Parts: sequence; C-alpha cells; structure tokens
Amino acid sequence: MAALLEVRGVTKRFGGFQALSDVSLEVREGERFGLIGPNGSGKTTLINCISGALGTDGGTLVFRGKDITRLPAHQRTRLGICRSFQIPRPFTSMTVLENLCIPLEYAAHGQVPRSAVASEAMEILRLMGLDAKAQARPADLTGIDMRKLELARAMAAKPRLLISDEAMAGLSPAEVDAILPILFALNERGITIIMIEHIMRAVMRFSQRIAVLDAGEKIAEGTPEEVVSNKRVEKAYLGE
Amino acid sequence: MKKTVPLWVVLGVVVAAFLFTRLGGNRYIYFAGYFVLQYIVLATAWNVLGGYTGYVNFGTAAFFATGAYTALVLILAFKATLPVQIVAGALTAGLLGLGIGYLTLRLRGVFFSIATLALSVVLQTVVSNWEYVGGGKGLSIIRPKAPALFASHAEYLFVVMVLLAAASVALAWWVQNSRVGRGLAAIRDNEEAAECMGVPTLRLKLFATTLSGCLMGVAGTPFPYYVTLVEPGSVFSLDYAVNSLAMPMIGGTTTWVGPVIGAVLLGTAQQVATVTISSELNLLIVGIVLVAFVMLAPQGIVGLVQRLFHRRSR
Amino acid sequence: MFSLDLLLNAIVAGILIGGFYAAVSLGISVSFGLLDIVNIAHPAFVILGSYTAYAMNRFFGFDPLLTGLLFTPVFYALGVVVYRLYYLGFERKGEESLRGLVFFFGVLFIVEVALLLAYGVDYRMIEARYVGQSFHIGVVGIAFRLLLPCLVGLMVTVALHLFLSKTFYGRAIKAVSQDSQALRLMGVDPVKIKRIAFALSIATASLAGALLILIGPVEPSIGREYIGRVFAIVVLGGMGSISGTLAASVILGVVESLTATFSGPSWAPAVSFGILLVVLAVRPAGLFGR
Repeated sequence: MAALLEVRGVTKRFGGFQALSDVSLEVREGERFGLIGPNGSGKTTLINCISGALGTDGGTLVFRGKDITRLPAHQRTRLGICRSFQIPRPFTSMTVLENLCIPLEYAAHGQVPRSAVASEAMEILRLMGLDAKAQARPADLTGIDMRKLELARAMAAKPRLLISDEAMAGLSPAEVDAILPILFALNERGITIIMIEHIMRAVMRFSQRIAVLDAGEKIAEGTPEEVVSNKRVEKAYLGE
Repeated sequence: MKKTVPLWVVLGVVVAAFLFTRLGGNRYIYFAGYFVLQYIVLATAWNVLGGYTGYVNFGTAAFFATGAYTALVLILAFKATLPVQIVAGALTAGLLGLGIGYLTLRLRGVFFSIATLALSVVLQTVVSNWEYVGGGKGLSIIRPKAPALFASHAEYLFVVMVLLAAASVALAWWVQNSRVGRGLAAIRDNEEAAECMGVPTLRLKLFATTLSGCLMGVAGTPFPYYVTLVEPGSVFSLDYAVNSLAMPMIGGTTTWVGPVIGAVLLGTAQQVATVTISSELNLLIVGIVLVAFVMLAPQGIVGLVQRLFHRRSR
Repeated sequence: MFSLDLLLNAIVAGILIGGFYAAVSLGISVSFGLLDIVNIAHPAFVILGSYTAYAMNRFFGFDPLLTGLLFTPVFYALGVVVYRLYYLGFERKGEESLRGLVFFFGVLFIVEVALLLAYGVDYRMIEARYVGQSFHIGVVGIAFRLLLPCLVGLMVTVALHLFLSKTFYGRAIKAVSQDSQALRLMGVDPVKIKRIAFALSIATASLAGALLILIGPVEPSIGREYIGRVFAIVVLGGMGSISGTLAASVILGVVESLTATFSGPSWAPAVSFGILLVVLAVRPAGLFGR
C-alpha cells in the first residue's frame, strides 16, 4: 500500500512550550490508523498541523505525493483532508441539510454539480441515519446526533483522509457502538481514517495500526497488540 | 432569466423615481427621501459584513467620510461630475475596506470592532489637520447647475440615491443567495469549521469588507453636494456608526430585507422626530430602540414575522 | 520651538495625566480584562460622573472630589442594574460577545444623548479654590488640577490592586472568567462575583468623572475620545493587569502630552487610537501581556 499522508519530522512550539518534537509517521491509503496518547501529549496539535489550522515550526507534510506544509487549511480540504472537531462546531444558523451543503459547495466544488448538491447531502444524511433530522437546527439535536452531523459534514467534503477527533468522547457504550460501524462503513468506501480517541476499547477494535504520542514525541507505533505490550506506552499511561 | 430580475427591478425603481420628480412636489420630500435612502445604502453595506459575515464594524463613519472626502477633493481639484465622484469614492473606500479585511487575519470579534472605531478617529484627526479640505472647520462648496432633465439639484441627488440604494440592495440580495453568501454565513457561524469545510475564509472576508466599505463610501460621495458644507464633525458623526448598525439589528441581520426595513422605519422616524420634536430626542429614541431590540428580539423584525408565520402554519 | 523646559514640562504633565488615565481605565481593565464584558460604554459613565460632580458643585457647592466619593454607591447600584440587564439579555443565553457589544454601544449612545438633552453641547466646568493654582519645581510647573487627579488615580489603583490580590472577593473576581466551575465548587456564585466586579468597575467611573471635570471642561460627547484611550491602555497594559494598566496609562499620557506640545493638540486624539491600532495589529497580547 502506498503512503497517503507522510508526516516528516514535524515540530511545533507555543512560545517556550514544545508541543511536538520531530514527529514522523506514515498513513497508508485505505488504512484505519489510531492516534493515542495521554492528555496534553500533542494529539490535537498534530492533527491541527495536518489539517492546516496551525502552521508548523519545522518538518514537512506530504499528502498524495504533494508537499502541503504551506497550504492554507481550505486548500488541504480540497485536496482531500477533512477533520471533525472534538467539540462539534456546527453552523448554527443553518439546518442540518444546509450544514452539509457548505462542504459540498466548497470542498467538493467541481465534483458535485450544483443541481445535485441537495440530493447528495440527503444521501449522506441517510447513510448516517440523520435523514429524518434534515430540516432540524443543530441546537435541537441530541448529543449523539450532533456527533453524527459532525461526521456527516466531514463526509460531505468528499475526503480521501478523514481525521476523527474524539468523535466518541462522552458517549455511552451503546452510543459508541452506534458510531463505530459508521466509521467502518466509511473506511470500506475507500476513505482512509485517522482516529484520535481516549476510549481504548474503540481504538483497539477499529485501528489496524496505532501511533502513540507522549509529551510531543512519538514513542511507539505498530499493531494494537504491539502497542499495548510496549513498555514505554505502559509507562506513559500509568506513570513509573 | 432569474438572474436578470434584480437588474430590471433596479431599473424600474430608478425610472419610477425619475418620473416621480417630474411631478414636482415639495423640496423637503427629496431632502428627507435622500436621508432615508442614504441609510438604506449604509445599513445594507454594514449588514454585508456585520450580518452576513459576523464582523461588527463601528467605523461606518470612516468609510462614509472616505467617500465624501474623495468627492470633495475631486470637486476642488477637477470640478469632477457626480458619476466620476461616485466611482472614485467607491474605489478608495473599497481599498480601505480591503485593508480592514487584512485586520481580520489577526483580530476577531470585539477586537476587530474596537479597531474599526479606532480607524474612524484616526482618519478624523488626519482630515481635521488637512487644510486643503478645510481642516477642522470644514469647507463649503457651491452646487453646480442641475443637469438637464432635472428641475433642481435636490431632485437629481434624490434620483442618484435611489439608484445607489436599489443597486446596493440588489447586490446584497445576490450575495445572500449565492455560494459566496452561504460561505459568509458559515464564517459567521464558525470560522474554523468553515475553513475546514473548504471555505476560503480569508478571501471571502476580504470580499465582504471590500464590498461593504465600497458601498459605504458610495453612500458618502453625494454628501458634499447634499449638505454643501463638509466638516469633519458632521461627516465623522457617531450617528452613522450607530444608525448603520441599529437599522439591520432592528430589521433583522440575516437577510437583505432586514436592513431595508430598519432603514425605512428608523430613518423616517428620525426625519419626523427632527421636524416635530428635536434631533437630540430622536437620537435618544434610536438608542433605546436599539438596546431594546438587541435584548428582546435578536432576530429583528424579520425574525419576529417569521416566528409569527411558523406559529400560524403549525 | 524645541526647548528643554518645554520637554520637561510636557513629560511631567504627561505623567500626571497618566495617573488620571489610570483612574479612567481601571474600570475597563476589570470589566473587559477580567470579566470579558466589553463595556465600551464605560467612558460614558465617566462623563456621567463628571456631570454629577458639576451639578452638585453648581447647585450645592460640593467639592467635586467629595461628590465623586459620595456617589460611588450610586454608581455601584447603576452598575448592578446594567449588569443585570446584560446578564439577562446576553450572558445567560451565551450570546455575550457581539450582541453584548452592540448593547453597550447603545448604552453609550443613550447616556451621551441624555446628557446632551439635559445640558446641551456647551462645555461645563467646575469651581473650586484649588483649580487654578499651581507651584513650581525648578522650571517645571505643576498645576493642582493635574496633580490632584493623578494622586487620586494612584490611590484608586493601589486600593483596587490590594482589593484584588488580598481579599477573598478580589481573588474570586480574578478567577471568575477562567475558572467559574471551580468557583461553583467552592460554593461561590460566579454570577454574583461578576455582578460585584462589574458594579465596582462602574463605581470607579464616579471618581474618574469627578477627576475629569477637575482637569478641564467637559461636554457630552467627550467620552468617545476616551474609548480609544482606555482600550489602548487596557490592551497595552495586558488585559486585566492593574499594574500594567498604570504603566500603560503613564506611557500614553506622556506620548500624548509630547504630541500635543510639539505637533499641536489637534493631533492628540490620533495618538491613542493610532497606538491602539498598531498594538492590536502587531501584538494583541499587549506590551505587558501574557
């Protein structure tokens, strides 16, 4: 499998604080990739750097063979990187359906004919099981539907690589079981997925490979089995 | 077909206004009409940035004055005609808007608003110290003869303002119903999320600040001929900033109709109050109505009407 | 044109004015810097304080400083009312930032126009024995009408600093915008803390207003000039830092005084707003900021 995304020696500082130091990893086409680490280990910073919300202080990012290190976020989205937010950030003045029209009209501009935007949005909502709520306002959605909307909107950007930032944080086990199949289904349609998650059960089940961050450094990478048996990982999570 | 509708509407409105002036009538009507129309342009312009995009501009006066002083300089230097003044005023104010747009790179929310207020005061100070345009004391100019077809200059300015107002509203209508308008709404709702969904936020914000500034400048260009005395105190008056944000807030900020409703209501009320009561009292009313609306009806009159309809249809 | 005397006098006057600016800015430093409430109407409350001092002086012969002190409870109460409205209308609904800003813009306008209706556009001033007096240290003249406001401004600054750092309520105010959850866990109502802090910020406007009319004549729209000034000071001073506010006030006072002396007073308003624009564009965290 070819590399879809290459992170090469990425470094990020906030003032004197080293948030990421020399992080490298490779995500392959079609892969389900897990990114874990204790709180404050730099997971969110890393995906902010990948999605373009933050600039980097060193290193390069290569997506589909193209150097994207200096590209603004919206252009990365157009190339096929899309993320969901940990705390959902819907467009509050729009209906659920209209929320999906934004990425369809912008990120997927040119891929979807103008007349097909609404039907395409409806199609994605159906896939997510949100079609009954198409005309609702985000403020009226339940917690889990809000997470679904966040994922549905990311889907509407027609990504090659979906970065799911703690899409399941705060959900009940039953609700986690409702979100996971959606992510599996997306992956089966050929979308590469990076999952950032605190719920170990979910990441372990979902990911084919996992990278572990601690204090801004990558301390381990491998299959779920390899990672759980890694001594450094254990230390990072449980302390000395 | 649908795309040309606003063009025909604009044209129709202007022709109707022209025919109206042929009927003659009281001078005061044109004077008061101009006042209201000018605020339709300003409120619509403010709303493109404030209502659609979510950046509150306190510096309306700065853009209005840029238009007015551009016109004044052109009058003084070349005796330029009004259409030339309008185009030039649109360009300079649009340029200033573009500059303010780059401020949005670093300044969001409150800080952006304070910066626009600051811009207004800095410009006023500069203009007050610029002797060529009359400095702090201002300068009076003489209106040229009214162009052919018009009985007086007041009527000419009135028709010009009708054109400007109709064109601004048509532009706002187009923006609201276009892909650009939906992108601006996404920025207003959540700028980070919009960027992540592929919306080129910087480019759209620059578009909004430029268009908004440009229209505000346009509203100011006929001002020298309208008042014939141009002085910084009145051109940079806080009334412009307050009114141009109060009108959309009262009418409703998410659609093109809101600012128009607000401008017609508040503008007319102010004209009436100025004549019948006093100009200070009418401003007091504007302030109170504004505060009442932001507190009690954040969606404005348009929102109130929509809610009424919703309840009926259920 | 340039002379050492002039320079020294300009610097001393600037420092004195700076002390007074601190008194005007402290309120915003608390409301905007610590509470995230964008009270751009604060200068209007200061002007209200000036007119209160004027009226009490005119009709009862009260000393402006005495009035300023006596009326702090009244302004405190006014602050409670304004905060209540703000809380009910915006904060509770989580819509505080932009609509709240417009709200205060409206309040500013209402206060200004109301004063205009009551007193007209004429400049008003105050009569007190010490207003016209001054003394000299070497070549530097020190006017009482500048010295007194500066001293009072310093006193208010010190008092507020002590209150915020030494008392329970003060520390709660400092914590309220960052960690209202922790306050709740300690059994403190964050809304009450914000109300106290906001009312306190308005109470300082009573004193600052009295100082303002001591320094020079006042008219209703003069408050607008102060919007740029106080926000420049608060942003420059690093949002909510009391000592930073004082330092920024003195810097701005001196720069303005130098500008007025050497380029003419008509350029002075551009100084504060110009500094504000530059600071906002280049270093939004302020000179002494985090």
